[in-house]
Amino acid sequence: MAVTLPPLLWVGVFLLTPYLLMFCYSFWSVTPAQTIVHAWNLDNYRELLQVRVYWQTLLRSMWIAARVTLFSLLLGYPLAYFVSFYAGRKKDLLYQLVIIPLWVSYLVRAYAWKTILGSDGVLNTLLQYVHLTRHPLEFLLYSPFAVVLTLTHIYTPFTFLPVYAALEHIPRNLVEASHDLGATPAQTFWKVIFPLSIPGVLAGATFAFVLSLGDFLAPLLLGGPSGIMISNIVVSLFGAAYNWPLGAAISLCMLVLVVSLLFFSERLEKKWSFS
Amino acid sequence: MELLVSGSSAAVPRSRWLTLHAGAVFAFLYLPIAVLILYSFNGEGVGGFPPHHLTLDWYRTLFADAPIWDSVLNSLQVALAAMAISLTFGVPAALALDRAQFPGKALFRRLVLLPLILPGIITGLSLLMLFNVMGTRLSLLTIMLGHGTALISVATTEVFAGLQKLDRAQEEASLDLGANYWQTFWRVTVPNLKLPIIGAALLIFTLSMDEIAVSFFLIGRDNTLPLEIWGRLRRGITPEINAVSAIIFVFSLIAIVFWYRLRVRGERVADTGV
Repeated sequence: MAVTLPPLLWVGVFLLTPYLLMFCYSFWSVTPAQTIVHAWNLDNYRELLQVRVYWQTLLRSMWIAARVTLFSLLLGYPLAYFVSFYAGRKKDLLYQLVIIPLWVSYLVRAYAWKTILGSDGVLNTLLQYVHLTRHPLEFLLYSPFAVVLTLTHIYTPFTFLPVYAALEHIPRNLVEASHDLGATPAQTFWKVIFPLSIPGVLAGATFAFVLSLGDFLAPLLLGGPSGIMISNIVVSLFGAAYNWPLGAAISLCMLVLVVSLLFFSERLEKKWSFS
Repeated sequence: MELLVSGSSAAVPRSRWLTLHAGAVFAFLYLPIAVLILYSFNGEGVGGFPPHHLTLDWYRTLFADAPIWDSVLNSLQVALAAMAISLTFGVPAALALDRAQFPGKALFRRLVLLPLILPGIITGLSLLMLFNVMGTRLSLLTIMLGHGTALISVATTEVFAGLQKLDRAQEEASLDLGANYWQTFWRVTVPNLKLPIIGAALLIFTLSMDEIAVSFFLIGRDNTLPLEIWGRLRRGITPEINAVSAIIFVFSLIAIVFWYRLRVRGERVADTGV
């Protein structure tokens, strides 16, 4: 079919080739005079294994992403459950209300949190205004806490969406049957509804984890020195530090991590989906 | 049957906690948006509570700010180009995935959808390396190519979902009645896909207008709006940003309402059509 050829070509040139180039770059090296040498070696990967900063930052990023995922699910799942099962006629409206924040620029929302958390920001002045604290709380901004809070705010709607879709697909007569057979609401939830929503939970969790793992803007804006994430290191390697090959090696590790996560969550989703 | 479900008293005690939780989550989601709109009118800039001296000064500064408006124009160009690129390749990609059999189809599907889930930094950097190897100077054009390529995923998913719902009997009827493949495509398939295509176009447009992670690495001399905002945020806090964000928010709301009404009307047409 002639229709397949143009997209195949385009995707080959602008998606496949760049990923392959990233792979190639990660095995090249850079001279002290800052030219990139196309000599194949494993030095970048050796450096990644040996320098602790890279490992620590990667682990910290994964820890931040894990917290973001957990909090997004804790906020998004009950909300999706509420909208899907209890909202009645307001269902459509509430659904749209969850989506609307997604249309506000990512940057602007991160920046709004800066306005809220800063030492002369909304929260601190409010706390002093009502005499709860006498001095501004400094740990609110420029900390991993600020990064986790902001990313949770951004990814909660993203986790809500697949969970909501999964809940909407649950045949309501299964829930009725469970009630009719004498199950309590808690039993119905844990034995019928929750297991059937697991594919949505997995999809939402993967989304939140992967996207927050790779984020570099929220840490730059709100993270401070203790909130640096792995992508910030990559950005500096491609910028001022000018070591593209090492940056490519870290990016490739991230890519492999992300793709294997996608692979496993897809398999788990298949395992848990009924029909 | 529906009466039974909505009337089931077992659900009542639990929904009180759920309602409270839902209220709290909505408060959390809307707090920053409320703050930014409120503080765009705050005379003392960005700090302090409660806000004092409501003014329109920041809006006045904003309208006199030429670099911001240049960046808005740049972003509009990028978004339109991205829309054109991703629809040009995303619609055929969806058709191919739905109907054609070709070697590497599974790989192709994964590859097309990858930018949707991949952190923007990976897409941005890999394209930066491509342009570097090709010797292409970074400019708005490289951002257009980047957005266009990354957002093919959106066009493909939306149109693919539309194709799955499509009634194939209509196309078969058209072919049986003597129309050739292209006539059937333009007169039966495309009109049926109108809604997913418009939806995809709107989504691509807004996503591109807001995109920063990919643009961050492909930027040349001219800034897009998010990068202009980013530059200013890095230099320090400027209340003007609140004003521009509030304006963008209002425009997004209009777009949502527009899209929502379009979809509702489309569904109504589909319902009566059956």
